[in-house]
Formats: sequence, structure tokens, C-alpha cells
Amino acid sequence: MTQAAVAPPEPPREQPRRDGEPRRPSSGSRWRRGLIALAFLAPALVMLGALVVYPMIYTIIRSLYDRTGDRFIGWENYVTMFTSDSTFTAIRNNIIWVLVAPIACTVLGLIFAVLLDKIRWSYAFKLIVFMPMAISMLAAGVIFRGMFQENPNLGVVNASLVAVNSVFSDDAAYPGARPREDQGIVADRGLVASEGEVATGSTQNFPLVGIRQTDLPPETGNAQEAQTPGNDEISGTVWLDVVPGGGGVDGELGDGKKGLPNIKVDAVAADGTIAASAETDADGRYTLSGLDPGSYRVALPASNFDEGYKGVSWLSASFITGVIILSYIWIWAGFAMVMISSGLSAMDRSLQEAARIDGASEWKVFTRITAPLLAPVLIVVFVTLIINVLKIFDLVYVIPPGASKPAANVIAVEMWTVSFGGGNDQGLGSALVVLLLVLVLPFMIINVRRFKQEREQ
Amino acid sequence: MRGILQHRRGLAPLAIAGALALTLVGCTGGGGGNNNANTNSPNQDFSGETINVSASWSGAEQTNFEKVLKRFEDNTGAKVNYSSFGDQAATTLGTQIEGGSPPNVALLPQPALLDQFAKDGKLIELSGDAKKAVEDNYSQSWIDLGSVDGTLYGVWFKASNKSTVWYNKDIYDQAGASEPKDWDDFLKQLKLVSDSGYAGISIGADVGWPLTDWFENVYLRTAGGDKYDQLTKHEIPWTDPSVAEALTVLGTLFGSDLVEPGAAQRTFPESVTEVFGADPKAGTVYEGDFVAGNITDDGNSTVGENALFYDFPSVNGSAPAVMGGGDVAVAFVDDDVTAAFMAFLASPEAAEEWVPNGGLTSPNTAVDTSKYPDDVSRKIAEALTGAETFRFDMSDLTPSAFGGTPGQGFWQVMIEFLQNPSDVAGAQQKLESAAAAAYTS
Repeated sequence: MTQAAVAPPEPPREQPRRDGEPRRPSSGSRWRRGLIALAFLAPALVMLGALVVYPMIYTIIRSLYDRTGDRFIGWENYVTMFTSDSTFTAIRNNIIWVLVAPIACTVLGLIFAVLLDKIRWSYAFKLIVFMPMAISMLAAGVIFRGMFQENPNLGVVNASLVAVNSVFSDDAAYPGARPREDQGIVADRGLVASEGEVATGSTQNFPLVGIRQTDLPPETGNAQEAQTPGNDEISGTVWLDVVPGGGGVDGELGDGKKGLPNIKVDAVAADGTIAASAETDADGRYTLSGLDPGSYRVALPASNFDEGYKGVSWLSASFITGVIILSYIWIWAGFAMVMISSGLSAMDRSLQEAARIDGASEWKVFTRITAPLLAPVLIVVFVTLIINVLKIFDLVYVIPPGASKPAANVIAVEMWTVSFGGGNDQGLGSALVVLLLVLVLPFMIINVRRFKQEREQ
Repeated sequence: MRGILQHRRGLAPLAIAGALALTLVGCTGGGGGNNNANTNSPNQDFSGETINVSASWSGAEQTNFEKVLKRFEDNTGAKVNYSSFGDQAATTLGTQIEGGSPPNVALLPQPALLDQFAKDGKLIELSGDAKKAVEDNYSQSWIDLGSVDGTLYGVWFKASNKSTVWYNKDIYDQAGASEPKDWDDFLKQLKLVSDSGYAGISIGADVGWPLTDWFENVYLRTAGGDKYDQLTKHEIPWTDPSVAEALTVLGTLFGSDLVEPGAAQRTFPESVTEVFGADPKAGTVYEGDFVAGNITDDGNSTVGENALFYDFPSVNGSAPAVMGGGDVAVAFVDDDVTAAFMAFLASPEAAEEWVPNGGLTSPNTAVDTSKYPDDVSRKIAEALTGAETFRFDMSDLTPSAFGGTPGQGFWQVMIEFLQNPSDVAGAQQKLESAAAAAYTS
């Protein structure tokens, strides 16, 4: 390779002089033509050699050395690679990617292409679908990371989920409130209840914490001691057991502690039925009346404290790969569509017309004629996407937050991390690249074969 | 390449001439030096001399540092050229040393570089005025940090304090919480904040580095400086009981409901906004002195008014300790003007030139703290100079495969620990196996 690359540029110039001798047409001119061809090919060969072949061979050699590059360690990097958990996740994720992303992109592209083929103004729509291709992958990654933030105030996806959800459910008055510890009340699956049973004729107080003073309704007054209950009553006070600016005694009224109005209070009988309900007044007092004498558990139902639907943790380890694949599809479906559209427009429509005249349904026309005719284009798109997906890097690098980075890992990112992103082990990195090359190679061969076949036709 | 060689050839005679001149000056200066020995900035005359100084600083920091350099020029008549190597200290200086033309003085942002250059024999030992200035003006911790194998090479000019806990005063006042005295009190105050309807503390685990700082601060307090050094060098394993103790202490916070939910997915700047933003959700956030910058960028709270800090709480009665970083000045050239410049950097005069402009925390105990532009920076500096123990950020000193790689090693294990703080032994095991792999290869 290097010989070919370095030697050729000179001979052709000497060629004419040598040709002054009596000519031997056949062998001489063939020799000469070969040299001229070489001379023309040389720059390309030099470039290819320097930029493709040399790095490739060097990478393979480098993968057999340790991180310093001085010590030959044989297959050790490959052993490390296949025994490490993070590479395992990376390979698994790459498989998921290859199974999902190219098919989804191609199918979506096909749908867009075929449907848009039939409407007016299709260019406008095509432009819109194709537009994400104009955005850099990095920027797209930043956009998607923003969209899928868990906090509904930051991420638009969770914001819309929460918005839709809050239409169907009422907001609780005191989200996030919880009982003061060691005061005879407990939190239990969202509700707050008395620890034990409360006999009629006695009081049960509920000192709560975890509510901001600023979140109290304007009519709120200072918490007051409840009236003494009758024989068929249980009474008590629900208050915010925090004095603004600190102070006060935990679990005791006074010092300007505020009552909590509008809290629903239930008396729950031993069999689980609700015997009586009440609501607290502006000073936080409640009275459960009309009870049969006996003991009840007094509970503040969960509807008072429900923090509401908070959306889905999209960027957590369980969903992260799905989110990244979605962003990939958003970008590359446009590419598939454009490729397939061009295949469609190059197609001879007479077959479809003929089928329609013969009475074939649109579905039949699509499955029996359009799709088979599009097959070569579909395969090119599909295989290109597979190669593209195998070496996916930027989206996976940008979208996941720190905690779910390992769960989102793919081979290219793993390679970057071990060789440059802190690992500083370019030997192991090279081994990962070789693995990536081996995975991409079959698809490259398929693609090259296809090009060849097409040319032969 | 050829250009560089030509240059070097051209410079050689000059360099020889310069060296001769310097020895001459050195002879005369030596005599006069004794008279000046008790003042920290010997105002010798170095007119016509030029020294090159490089550091990582650019922008406002560079402008401020150039004022310091100007002062030296005014004092001595020497000319000082400044160049910035950005974040490429190792590469830039390494190349310059290879090429035989290192700067006279460089301010290294990584303590590991001081070690490396000293062991390679590239650094000039401090002596005379410079050594005296360092011994007079710096606490033992900083002298040790500037020394390699007992030989003093470095002057710590700038330092950062990563043992500061920042809180929103409005929220603390409303909750009746105050600055805590120790770790238990810290949890108690956070509880008060949490009772008042705000989360006690916001943690931005980000890719994990803020959590390593959490661990390092706790470990420095529970295990002490010596163990900290041993763990840094991996002389004791991460399965050591001292690590378990620190993680358990940390777990009392991480495992409590005082921490705002969603920590694992929050970036560090977001965690600051949760406390000091327009709609604060939490009362406290821990990180280094640079949090002040984040608060100012956010623009909703004012450092020194409602954004204040206290020192990282002491654990089990530990003495004041600070974890942080800094820039150390080292000399590559052995001549008088360089030595005078090093002595100047070690004097309070140099730091006081920058301190009033903000952005410099000096570990120099002789610096007049009243010169700091505001109370917060003064308090940060006082914590730094008053600390009995100072240690560098451990994750900066460990191999980067362990202490500096997103998704792996120290960073990742700490994220997992935040999510499952009861599994102390599991976290230790994972840290140890990650460390073992990173330190051996």
C-alpha cells in the first residue's frame, strides 16, 4: 500500500522520453496505461491510506497494548471488554437500538412518503418532517433532555401529562403535609390518622408539619382548642405545628400557630366504614358528631394531602434508552421519508394505474405493487440506518443525566469514556472500536454488494 | 518545526548573556538582600530584566493578576510577561519544558503537577526570602502541600474552599433554623426547614462529582487528615472501616426525608436554583465557594444578604477542616529575579493587590482580611486560613479513571449510594474494585 502510494507520481513524467524508442505497441502501451491510471489514483490512494487504512490497522494493533501503549498484553483488553458490566449494557443497548430504531424510522418514513405523495402542498409537510435533519444531533439531544425533564416546571412532556391529569382530579389543599413525630398520630399510605382508637367523648389533635405559612388560605386563624365533645362526639384541632421564625413547643397549641381550615376528618369504625365526617373551621377545629358510643380511628383522608400526579421520570434508568431512541427517530424519520419519496417519484406509475383500473383496493395497490417496487430503496435506507445506529454517540452522550448514564450506555460512548472521558485507556478503547467495526462490517458488505448489483443491472 | 529551531538557536546567545547578567546581579543583590530580609517584599532593582509567568487565568482573573504583576514591576523595575495556558497546564508546561524554555514561574492549578515536576527535577527549591516568607505567612498545612519529600517548592497563591454550606436566609429565618454547630445539629436545623414546608437540602448529584465532595468533607472529619491522605493514595482500601463510618454518617442525611426528591437527576446548577431561585423549594445546598457565582448568575438572591453560608459541620467534635483546591506558584528558573518574584507572591502585598477586587481567596495568613470586598468572601478566607487541616479534593488527586469519569468509579458509586444509602458495604465493595482497577493499570 505505502509503496504504491509513494512511488507512482514520478514515473509517468519520464515515460515520454523512454517512448522515443521504436514502439512495441501492445505490452508497452498497457504498461504505460497502467502507470497513468496509477498516477491518477495515487492522490486518492494516499488519502485513503493515511486516513482510513493506517488508522484502522493501527487501532487493531493498539488494542493489543495496555493503556501506556508500551506493553504488549495480547487479548487482555478484549477479555476486560467482554467481562465488564458497562460494556455488556452497551452491547445490549446497541442491540435494542438496532432492533428498534431503523425499523421505526423506515416504517414512519414510508408512511409519511406514501401519504404525503397523495396530497397537495406535500412539499410543506415534507419540509417539516425533514427539518430535524437540519438540527445538529447535539442540539437535538439538548432539546429532548429539556422536554423529558422530570420536574413538570421544566419538562414539557411531564407538564402536559400533569396538566391533563389535573383536569380530572381536584388539587389537594395541603399537599405534602405530614404528622409531627411522637404526637400520637401517624402517616399511613397518604392519610394521617390517630395511632390508636379514640373513644367518643374525647379529643384527638393533629399537629401537622411540612406546609408553608404562605400556602395557608387567607381566612386561616390562630389554632384554637376544640370545644369539649359530647358523649356522641369526638372533637379536636388540626393545626400547623410550626411557629413562623421558630420557637414554640412541638405538639402544643399557642405561640401563634395557625389552624388548618377545610381539612376533611373521618371517624373510621372498626369494620372500616366511615361513621362520621367533618371539616375543620378557620381555626382548625372539627367536631365529629352523631357517633354511636365506642372507639373510632380518627383519620384525615389522603385527599387532603395528595401531592397529585407528578408525571413520569422519563430520564430514569428504565426509560432513558426509549427517550433517546425517540429523539433519534424524530431526526431520522425525515431522512427515510426523503429517500423513499425520491424512490416513489422515480417509479413508473402505470402499474398502479392499471391495478386501480382492474379494481384493486388502495391497500392492495400499496402492498402488492408500491411496496415491492420500493423494496430496493427501503433496503438501502434500512441498512444505512443500521450502520448509523450502531455508531450512535452524540444523543446518548447528551441526553441522560448522570444517574442514568450507565443505563443508556452504547459501545461508541463506552469507547469514548474509556479512552478519553477520564479512563485514559486507549488500548481498551481501541478494542471497543474493533468490536464496533466487526459489528458494522456485515452491513457495510451488504450495502456494497447492493451497489454492485444495481450497477450490473 | 524548522522555525522553532531557528528561534532557539537565535535565542541561545541571548540566554547566555542573560544568565551572565543574572549572576552578576545575583552577586550584588545577595549582599543587599540581607538588609531587606525582614521585610517580605525586597525592593531590589531588577530594571531591564524580564520574567515570564503563566497561569490558567484569563478574563477578569487575568486582569486582576496583572495588577499583582504590575505591583512587582513597580517595586523592582523588572518586566513581567503573563501568558495563560487555560486548562492545558500539563500539556503546555510539559511542551515548554521539553523545548527548554519553561516560564520563570507558573501557577499550577493541579497539586499533582507540583509532585510530577518536582520529582522530574524541573522545579527550583525555594530558599532565602521566598522560603522565609512562606514559613512566616502560611500555616503548616499549606507549607506541606507546597513541599515534595520535605523540600519546599511552591507558594500557594490562590485557594478555594469546598467546605461551605450555602443557605437561603429567608427560608431559615421563617423556619427558625440557625447555623448548625455540628453534624447532628445540622440535621436538626434541616428538619426545622423541612417542617416549615421546604425541603431541608437540595442535592444536585449531576454526574456524581458533588457527591464525592460530600464524602470527602465527611471523611476528612471522621477519619482525619492522615487517613484521608492514605485513602487518596489507595494505601488503605475503600473497604476500610473508616470509609464505612463516613458513609454511614452521610447515610443519615442521604437516607432521610430532608433531601429534596429527584436529587439523582438534578444537575448541580439546578440544585442551586432550587434554593436561591425565583421559587425556592429547599433551604440549603452544599458545595464550594463557587456556589456564590451560581447564585449571582441565577440573579434571584443576593450573596451576603439572603444567600449566606456556614462551614461544613464538624462530625463527632472534629476540628475545623477545609477541603478545597488552589493554584501553587512554582519556579522553573534559578535566578534572582525569579526568586524575588516568588518571595513577592508569598508576601501579603501581592495578594492584597487582588483581594479587594474579589475572586481571590488567599491562604496567606498575613493577608489583611479586612481587605476582602464583602463579608462572605472574608468568611470563606478566614475558614481557609483558620482550618487546622486542609486537604485537596480527593477525586482530583486519584487516577481520573477512578475519580473523574462520568458513569464510572467514584462518581457513579456515589450516585448509587445516594439512591440506596443503606448499602454501605456494597458501596465500599464497588469503590474498592473500581479503585483497584484504576490504581494498578
